[in-house]
Amino acid sequence: MTAVTTHGFTKEAMAARVAQDIPDGSYVNLGIGMPTTVGDALPHDKEILLHSENGILGMGPTPTPEQLDPELINAGKQHVTLLTGGSYFHHTDSFMIMRGGHLDISVLGGFEVSEYGDLANWSTGDPTVAPAVGGAMDLAVGAKSVFAIMSHTTKDGKPKVVRECSYPLTAGRVVDRIYTDLAVMAVEEDGLHVVELAPGVTKDELQSATEPKLHF
Amino acid sequence: MIDKRVASLEDAVAGISDGATILVGGFGDSGVPTELVDAVLDLGVADLTIVTNNGGAGDNGVAALIREKRVAKLICSYPRTKEAHWFKQRWAEGQLELELVPQGTMSERMRAAGAGLGGFFTPTGADTELAKGKETRMINGRLHVLEDPLPGDVSLVHAQRADRWGNLTYHSAARNFGPTMVTAGKLSVVQVHEFVELGDLDPEHIITPGIFVDRVVKVGSK
Repeated sequence: MTAVTTHGFTKEAMAARVAQDIPDGSYVNLGIGMPTTVGDALPHDKEILLHSENGILGMGPTPTPEQLDPELINAGKQHVTLLTGGSYFHHTDSFMIMRGGHLDISVLGGFEVSEYGDLANWSTGDPTVAPAVGGAMDLAVGAKSVFAIMSHTTKDGKPKVVRECSYPLTAGRVVDRIYTDLAVMAVEEDGLHVVELAPGVTKDELQSATEPKLHF
Repeated sequence: MIDKRVASLEDAVAGISDGATILVGGFGDSGVPTELVDAVLDLGVADLTIVTNNGGAGDNGVAALIREKRVAKLICSYPRTKEAHWFKQRWAEGQLELELVPQGTMSERMRAAGAGLGGFFTPTGADTELAKGKETRMINGRLHVLEDPLPGDVSLVHAQRADRWGNLTYHSAARNFGPTMVTAGKLSVVQVHEFVELGDLDPEHIITPGIFVDRVVKVGSK
């Protein structure tokens, strides 16, 4: 056997790390993109109910061909199923669930998160690209806890965990935890606290890939 | 006698005029009243304001209205989907005004219209560029933004079953904006897959009471 040096969390490991922090009995919304991967990582011994913004509570996995209902889609417009005990409701009720503080956890992707928990995930500010926001702002302000899951740096190696967001905000001071390929961080009054370093990642390496000063 | 059933799509959209604001149900491909929107296209009206979650997809429905330059303004939360090529083209050409609204705010603005409210304060987007120029207020220590009601001259909605009084049931996630939009349109038009007799819908299961609905028309099922 060749020894493989592990460095950082894989995408699957990031999803599993988020899933580990979701308590049994939680009502959770998973955003489009990387957050969706958390659904596959949820442990089967916990009863966690997934909410979808288009009016589903108790969303189940991808259907078999026999189960397929063309109208039953998730926020990412992918076909899904409904668990036994699940329910449908209309959009205004669905966003009441989100904005009214009834969801325990919202897992969102991020372009940038500041050390105060400001989230930017809807616009790069590029005037040649039509803006689109969907449910991101409602999810960011509404849930009891907001988890951001994203790569720690951009493809060019620029930090995405920053002092101040340079992209337009989705919402200010909302993120509670940040999950990246390098670490898990908690947003506290006095700044960012490292909860866990990914395998093989050193404190110095994490700090140098991060704009604000981290508390270890 | 109350009978809201109409015989054809042409009858269903009769009277819609140039410059109308039309609320169009649907989220992605789910619950889109495509046949009604196509009937609006056939009607030939223009200078429309369309309120809908996405920017149309492919070449039918809202995408066709945008392609044919019938839409002056789109009020929308997420226009930039993969299949929204006509939206992207007309927007880039400067032929289509876009008002971007967070999804929950869009839905609640229509609810406010249907509920006879003068608007509401929401924390959603209050500290973002989408609140620019709007009145804000601190409520319980949190910044909120004042959002106006969003009524329609017409709402076009897709449901599953209707009786002649216009009582409606929906199917799975196709319900989405329907129950809110029918309350917010001056003229509410619903396409369904099935007409049933009065009394066939369990009163406990009716999602939209017929009072909100003006016309129902039957279209083929998927």
